[in-house]
Amino acid sequence: MQAYLARRFVLLVPTVFGVTLAAFLMLHLTPGDPVAIMLGEFASKTDVTRLRRDLGLDQPLVMQYVRFVERAARGDLGTSIRSRRAVTAEISDRFPSTIGLTLAAMLLAISVGVPIGVIAATTKHVAVDSAAMAFALLGLSMPTFWSGLLLILFFSLKLGWLPITESEGIRALILPAVALAAPAAAVLARITRSSVLEVLRQEYIRTARSKGLVERLVIYRHAVRNALIPVLTIVGLQFGGLLAGAVIVESVFARPGLGRLAVSAILARDFPMVQGVVLVVAVMYVFVNLSVDLMYGFLDPRIRYQ
Amino acid sequence: MSSAIPQRSAVVLMWRRLRRRPVVAGAAMVLVALVVLAAAAPYVAPYDPFILIPGGTLHPPSRQFLFGTDELGRDIASRVVYGTRISLQIGFVTVGISLLFGTIFGLLAGYYGGRIEGAIMALMDVLLAFPQILLALAILAMLGPSLTNAMIAVGISGVPVYARTARGVTLALRSMDYLDAARAQGAADLRILLRHVLPNMIPPIIVLATAGMGISLLVAAGLSYLGLGAQPPAPEWGAMLSEARAYLRNAWWMATFPGLAIMVVVLSLNLCGDWLRDFLDPRLRT
Repeated sequence: MQAYLARRFVLLVPTVFGVTLAAFLMLHLTPGDPVAIMLGEFASKTDVTRLRRDLGLDQPLVMQYVRFVERAARGDLGTSIRSRRAVTAEISDRFPSTIGLTLAAMLLAISVGVPIGVIAATTKHVAVDSAAMAFALLGLSMPTFWSGLLLILFFSLKLGWLPITESEGIRALILPAVALAAPAAAVLARITRSSVLEVLRQEYIRTARSKGLVERLVIYRHAVRNALIPVLTIVGLQFGGLLAGAVIVESVFARPGLGRLAVSAILARDFPMVQGVVLVVAVMYVFVNLSVDLMYGFLDPRIRYQ
Repeated sequence: MSSAIPQRSAVVLMWRRLRRRPVVAGAAMVLVALVVLAAAAPYVAPYDPFILIPGGTLHPPSRQFLFGTDELGRDIASRVVYGTRISLQIGFVTVGISLLFGTIFGLLAGYYGGRIEGAIMALMDVLLAFPQILLALAILAMLGPSLTNAMIAVGISGVPVYARTARGVTLALRSMDYLDAARAQGAADLRILLRHVLPNMIPPIIVLATAGMGISLLVAAGLSYLGLGAQPPAPEWGAMLSEARAYLRNAWWMATFPGLAIMVVVLSLNLCGDWLRDFLDPRLRT
């Protein structure tokens, strides 16, 4: 297990290097002069020179990258051009709201998607299976910003059950979490179904059945538990999708999260802010996938000893 | 890989199988209808999508205005019809970019191996380390918000998926005898890649492209919803929903029909994509 852990952490190095490099290069790959774009066309020459110096753009590229990583590691992601506040401070203000929404949606997606997949795979009724998969296909095809609007229309405006304007508390979290979770739940239902079907074809299932084990135990003790291992990987991948998808859902429900911060920064061409959000979300995504991989190795010894 | 089926019998076979799946046949018809609507928009749409109908603001759906009118008095049905043009454009441009670059990168990586493969796949891995929407947002932040840039951003964000598939197919073929035979006959690398490797890639790439177009449409419409893609007054479905948000209380129809259009198109693409996957590669069937 320790060798496996060590190997996984070594594999992390190039990924983190790549992600930080990509976030760093964003500024340099921008067509035109980013400083001129940020300051607008009426900026004075001294302002342009000063911002260029503040951003370290007068240094050699390699030096700039080293400085970028060094500062980022210390939690310094620069200063927002628009608000003049530290990017890290702005991000940590908005972070709890986004992470709360993402986790709520993740929990919801798992607790709805996985059971639907198991039921679809194990039911004897074709109609139940078809209905479950039709439901999943629908969830996969609905844009979250549309289902969000429909949820507000129905539950907030028509029935008056849930608030639309509040952004704090559990009640305000329900509708956005549902909208955000729908596509993830759909993906999980489909993966779970095919994974369970795959496991049910294995010989150890036949063994379990032929030794006279009741079907319910065959399914829950032998089939589902093994089938959930690949589902776990998808959960990790979905997490990134949800975190990024929160950008759109936050905008529908007017929640002050990272997504809205990123969108307004993009519109204002506030590069340090955009870089900061991109870097934070991407690094988080990398670490979530790492922890899923570690869990995977823990749950499935075959992976560990490869 | 499935052995090459003669072209005509493949179409006949497809048609026979489709008849047994009326839902999928319906989805395929929706996609055909989408193309027809886009081409015939001026004849189908009852009104000009940009014209402000006097005294016609926020009309609920009626016989005169099938989907109602918006806050400026524009006919929503006509705007949804014209929106098919933008969606079609988004679908083909984004998938075209992902497919073209993805296939080229995948072919080169799989065929040459070594440093070329290492460099290409390292780049793809970095791109894959970002969730797709985040990657699209980051590229859009560099290019600046507009519909064209949104299409480029979504297209690029899809490249790694195609590259991985193309590389996988190429790797599987690299050691095949018929490629050695072609090489022994003195065929150039380019000829081998185009004539002997690329055709084998078509089935998996078609499957990816069909489902991928649905995802691209969702992401691009989402960017427009955020105000980073298509700009008003363009009748883009995502942008229309964004305008509808302020009028939720008094005009439910504004928030309903453009979204319905997106869902119907994406659902049809997903249905066809799933079916094509089963049809072209029975081993993947679940």
